[in-house]
Amino acid sequence: MKRLALIFLILLAAVFAATAYFGLREDQVAASSSGGGDLVARGAYLARAGDCQACHTTRGGAPYAGGRAIRTPFGTIHAPNITPDNETGIGAWSTDDFWNALHNGKGKDGKLLYPAFPYPNYTRVTRADSDAMHAYFMSLPPVRQANKEPELRFPFNHRALLVAWRALYFRPAVFAEQPQKDAEWNRGAYLVQGLGHCSACHTQRNVFGATSDKRDLGGAMIPMLGWYAASLTGESEAGLGTWEVQHLVDLMKTGISARGVVSGPMSEVVRESLQHLSDADLRAMAVYLKSLPRAGAKESGTPAALTPENERVIKQGAALYEKHCVECHKDSGAGEPPHIPVLTGNHAVMLDSPANSIRAVMHGGYPPSTQGNPRPFGMPPFGNMLSDEEVAAVVSFVRNNWGNRASMVSGQQVNTYRTVQLD
Amino acid sequence: MSKRSALPRALSALALASIFGSSAMADSGIAKRVAPCMTCHGKEGRATNDGYYPRIAGKPAGYLFNQLRNFRDGRREQYPLMTYLVQHLSDDYLKEMGEYFAAQDLPYPPPQPAAASPAILERGKSLAVDGDAARNIPACTSCHGKALTGVAPALPGLLGLPRDYLLGQFGAWREGARRATAPDCMGEITNRLSLEDINAVSSWLAAQPVPADAKPATSLPGKLPVECGSVQR
Repeated sequence: MKRLALIFLILLAAVFAATAYFGLREDQVAASSSGGGDLVARGAYLARAGDCQACHTTRGGAPYAGGRAIRTPFGTIHAPNITPDNETGIGAWSTDDFWNALHNGKGKDGKLLYPAFPYPNYTRVTRADSDAMHAYFMSLPPVRQANKEPELRFPFNHRALLVAWRALYFRPAVFAEQPQKDAEWNRGAYLVQGLGHCSACHTQRNVFGATSDKRDLGGAMIPMLGWYAASLTGESEAGLGTWEVQHLVDLMKTGISARGVVSGPMSEVVRESLQHLSDADLRAMAVYLKSLPRAGAKESGTPAALTPENERVIKQGAALYEKHCVECHKDSGAGEPPHIPVLTGNHAVMLDSPANSIRAVMHGGYPPSTQGNPRPFGMPPFGNMLSDEEVAAVVSFVRNNWGNRASMVSGQQVNTYRTVQLD
Repeated sequence: MSKRSALPRALSALALASIFGSSAMADSGIAKRVAPCMTCHGKEGRATNDGYYPRIAGKPAGYLFNQLRNFRDGRREQYPLMTYLVQHLSDDYLKEMGEYFAAQDLPYPPPQPAAASPAILERGKSLAVDGDAARNIPACTSCHGKALTGVAPALPGLLGLPRDYLLGQFGAWREGARRATAPDCMGEITNRLSLEDINAVSSWLAAQPVPADAKPATSLPGKLPVECGSVQR
């Protein structure tokens, strides 16, 4: 009996030691040589690629001074000040400290960072790029703005738990080029997996908020935001398979394309990040995404059975479409690409989750003003004009007309989004 | 072409644009680009007097531009849908949208029938036209124009708005949910008003007919009685 207990204790200690080892390990790479060129300008470009501003700047606030509330299923985290203010920002951080945050997910004092900061992605970034970003942030005007503590529920408010999370889900490692692929593919993979942190939204998370490689970019409901981030993989019946590389480049560069228009949180990503990237980098990202195999479950749902009730609803939807939608989206559902999206055969309106379509009808929205499309056309918000049942009918119609096939949408599903937080 | 002749030519071009409103605008597609505004603010932004949504047609361009930026940049937190719609749009585009609605010259519907008592309406009128110097409350007319149709480019007219909308704005100034570039003059004035004042002045304003010439005045009646961050001078 005593021996059993001893073995158990030894095993327990081993588990603890392994967890501590894997949860706390660091990957050190010496500071890079300058890398040549204008370090600050390169860092500025990389900060755009990482969309750092999206979280580290509040609405109307000083750039990078932090404060934006990031809502997660575990509570709210406030993005910190990353201007070079010595007391409230990262003014006292060395290139090593910065690298340690980006690559190892640890603050200057060794504090484990919550993965709302997407270091599982940023760990792919090279030391040279990390150093350039550090140089850029150090060149910004310092802003004195105190950070806010995270407001997380028990037990997630205990940072020590991150040791276990990291042991399970985080491995610090710079992106390793795949020699059998060409330079363009590798550049795209580096940007998508690393700074682009596309998987933060487009990959399904488990109950502990971790993404898994198996479902990489297979599409996911974005936690707390209530928008569906569609699959970015290359399969043909969904995903990006039927998109040409140029369509994807257009979408990322301008917010609009022959195949569709960005909506929801992606508008911000295009405005703050993607539109600022070079055509070569956008093309590389598109080439990489299109090469990805299908991940996760199929996104298109079971089509509606044509029961008399469903036919009645679809007929009601057709009448509403005729009244409110036809002027822009046309009788044929052809729209006016690239400004007004085509609905016929549009995968985005046939997703198993009707969230995005419901929200488009209810709250409308503009794609972002970009250099390539400074005056975007927008979708009117019909939430005040149409009842839940009417929104459901028109969305069901669009999902099941012109050869489109997808599940029916109920007024109850629509109602969920009536009171959703909009920003 | 000298600079001197450029202004009249620009002005006559503007006048032509407003006469041939729809066709001149069709070139830039702006009427269709602002279609999302119209599901709430009504066709051409003219709204109605029976709802809550304010009319935006004919409001001064600078005022509309300021409000769109206030929504986008988080100073006005009252209407999340407004913030949501404009959050990723550029200054240039928001300015163009403001100019489009400012250029709409459309008839106003008759005012809402007043439900308030004559005494309340009298108090509202007195505040609107004379203010209350003892409490440092300027008359509405001292900034919003003698006819209360606003002063271009930044001060909005106060007529033709539903009472509930006016009450909603005073409430938001009190709560800090409607802010403007500092110094926030209406925020400060609202703090000097009692709830009775707010009810009285909103009731009176909503009951006034809009004069046939509802265009904003081109100059202030006198010196602004309070500093306003939104009014460039």
